[in-house]
Amino acid sequence: MAKNREFAYRRLHSLLGVIPVGVFLIQHLVVNHFATKGPESFNDAAHFMESLPFRIILETVIIYLPLLYHAIYGIYIAFTAKNNTGRFGYFRNWMFMLQRVTGIITLVFLAWHVWETRVQAALGADVNFQMMENILSNPFMLAFYLVGVLSAIFHFANGLWSFAVSWGLTVTPRSQRISTYVTIGIFVALSVVGIRTIFAFI
Amino acid sequence: MAENKTVRFVITRQDQPDSAPYTEEFEIPYRPNMNVISALMELRRNPVNVTGKQTTPVAWDMNCLEEVCGACSMVINGKPRQSCTALVDKLEQPIRLEPMRTFPVVRDLQVDRSRMFDSLKKVKAWIPIDGTYDLGPGPRMPERKRQWAYELSKCMTCGVCLEACPNVNSNSDFIGPAPLSQVRLFNAHPTGEMNKAERLNAIMGDGGLANCGNSQNCVQSCPKGIPLTTSIAALNRDTTLQSFRNFFGSDQV
Repeated sequence: MAKNREFAYRRLHSLLGVIPVGVFLIQHLVVNHFATKGPESFNDAAHFMESLPFRIILETVIIYLPLLYHAIYGIYIAFTAKNNTGRFGYFRNWMFMLQRVTGIITLVFLAWHVWETRVQAALGADVNFQMMENILSNPFMLAFYLVGVLSAIFHFANGLWSFAVSWGLTVTPRSQRISTYVTIGIFVALSVVGIRTIFAFI
Repeated sequence: MAENKTVRFVITRQDQPDSAPYTEEFEIPYRPNMNVISALMELRRNPVNVTGKQTTPVAWDMNCLEEVCGACSMVINGKPRQSCTALVDKLEQPIRLEPMRTFPVVRDLQVDRSRMFDSLKKVKAWIPIDGTYDLGPGPRMPERKRQWAYELSKCMTCGVCLEACPNVNSNSDFIGPAPLSQVRLFNAHPTGEMNKAERLNAIMGDGGLANCGNSQNCVQSCPKGIPLTTSIAALNRDTTLQSFRNFFGSDQV
């Protein structure tokens, strides 16, 4: 790697995690929430997303490339840390550790999730309500999806908190504390959306 | 009754910088108000371990004995702190002493904190005032700001924040919270401000500010109560602006 690029790489990592990956996460959770309105609504919503123009370009620019960068650089960041919550059991240190753990869990989950849905779609499968119903009828996969979705949401919500610090938006301890409450709220709200969606397939 | 009271220590020792560490237990007579340093001094007078065997005196670093120099930092019962202000009466026994392993161990509890002083050089933690002629008095600093800056100037380069930081380790070049906060201190000084961009660009280099992962252990651990994470967040803001200035700005220095 070129010298003195770390700052730019790290800031890019922080930015891409929120825009566009975080924004896509919210959109994905919200669109999937149509499942709670029945198979019909879900299939309509899914097919609308599938029929967006320039689909492959949109996917590549908004999802694949940013996500790959964020994931690969994220692995490097996660394994550079030497976690010490045993010696320093402070709240933020736990969040620091969980951010790295959920990042890795989310990566494993996403690799599987993309294979099972998007890659299968490219191979000719129809991504619809029934497909998810089949996947989630397996209790192991149900648990895997719950853990994966919650990890992704945690990683996003806590990542928003550190995004605000990393870009110098929240500087004072007070603003950082309030930002903690706000991101906890985001975590809870998105978790409700995600869990409701998953259970709609059962 | 007091003459029977003893204090027990479990000390992680290491004979050479590259030899394997081992622990040795000691039991020394209790004296009222003793701190870890006075206990180590007692051990130096009579280096006999708990089995009654004569051993080498434990090596450690110390200087001011009043928590302003930072030299006597070590890990005491799992937490990095200064041994001069670690009062035996307030510690759970056996008292476990270890060196701060984030730094190269010289011997026993003595570590080499050179990397911190190198970092201070890297980030230009000083105010250049030398000229070929008398530059005259610099701009004045408002009293309120001086009082605020005094808090940041309390840093004694003790290394506790680096020891507490999960991102300062053998895998990374991260300079750690202490030198970063010094950049904020010197950038706040009315004369130091003239070299603000130089310091910001220095911490935007490899091993710099971007390595902070916001575990915030540093601010919890700092013996001087320096608002390290506020400094880091403030520098994040300054470097955001500086990076825009570098990219979109003119060539004006």
